[in-house]
Amino acid sequence: MTPLTATAVGKRYRTRWAVRDCSFSLPEGKVVALLGANGAGKSTLLRMAAGLVRPTTGELSVFGTPLRGRIHPDVSFLAQNRPLYRDLTVRELVRVGAAMNDRWSADRVREVLALQAGVDHDAKVRTLSAGSVTQVAIAMALGRLPRLLLLDEPLADLDPLAREETLRIIMAEVADRGTTVVMSSHVLADLREVCDHMLLVDEGRVQVDGDVEEVLARHRVLVGPVTDESTVEGELVSATRTQRQSTLLLKDAGPAPEGWAGAEPDLDSLVMGYLRASRERRASAQRG
Amino acid sequence: MLTGVIEFRIDRHSGVSTYMQIVHQVRQAMRLGLLTSGDRLPSAREVVDATAVNPNTVLKAYRELEREGLVEGRRGLGTFVTKSLATEATAGDDAPLRRELGRWMGSAREGGLVVEDVDALYSAVRDEHYPAEERS
Repeated sequence: MTPLTATAVGKRYRTRWAVRDCSFSLPEGKVVALLGANGAGKSTLLRMAAGLVRPTTGELSVFGTPLRGRIHPDVSFLAQNRPLYRDLTVRELVRVGAAMNDRWSADRVREVLALQAGVDHDAKVRTLSAGSVTQVAIAMALGRLPRLLLLDEPLADLDPLAREETLRIIMAEVADRGTTVVMSSHVLADLREVCDHMLLVDEGRVQVDGDVEEVLARHRVLVGPVTDESTVEGELVSATRTQRQSTLLLKDAGPAPEGWAGAEPDLDSLVMGYLRASRERRASAQRG
Repeated sequence: MLTGVIEFRIDRHSGVSTYMQIVHQVRQAMRLGLLTSGDRLPSAREVVDATAVNPNTVLKAYRELEREGLVEGRRGLGTFVTKSLATEATAGDDAPLRRELGRWMGSAREGGLVVEDVDALYSAVRDEHYPAEERS
């Protein structure tokens, strides 16, 4: 069953649309990278999927059940501001978690916390570093034994060692329980090595949605003379040009014409190409 | 049963996908005789513990190796190597071709060549002897 489906979902705050006409369906058991620039609508999408924010238009379903303004029991959500009771110790927090959740595994929380070096269980949450707060919040999220784990910028406050620890915990969760994970980041390097599905949003709209390898295989980067782009076939995503040379990112491209060299893009150049294209669309819309 | 026969080294900055790195490293280990028929590949969970990569990627690499007929998944037991790719020419430290290459590498070093020089020479000579369609 599909862990998360969006059908024409939109969210308007006053006059601004944070998310617009988003439709997608995520595959089960995958690690999904939710990518986009700051302000692209990633957090709003995740908050809607967690049932914290109601969409203005459209509908979201989790494991086939339409969301009605509350979190689905099979979902855990790590919010960007990591809301935890700051005056409680880590140990007390785990007890509160047990009282607040119908399905809860204190053993699982302790097991995850034990894997994270440097989290003092008797320290008040407010005294912990931002990185430790994130790690505790992830342990609490896993305590709900989710089938769908939504993580908003999970690696943002972590030093390299804690990032590796945290990724290992999340990946072990995928290996052991087949949990579907959606992770947002505006830093592509964080997710490049661990995602197998991508959802790229910009201006609140889905720009790319698919298995990473398949998406890459559908695109080509062609490099050739700037004077002769007419022979290139395919859907142009974006282009950079010097006086002599054009570098084109194309979807469903034909074979490289005479004088052109073609290669499959890597994830970075693909994402950059789409983000550049939407920035240019935005700039030309403003010029009107 | 032997476990931990090989360990994957994932280079996050190589530009080669994790999936391809795993496929290459298994093939390479088989050619060198480090992995042979009957050996169990590390489980996805073991690879996650060692490298923090996505377990789906490990399983995908194993499926590719299975498609190539090099390994076989046995339900509940793991993934096992089903054949040997090592030949007398490639396996073991005293294989004749390996010794010959070792001597060549020794003279290159004595001649003051750095790693880049050696790699460039090696690939140039290789490309003379093996046409492009035989390389992968």
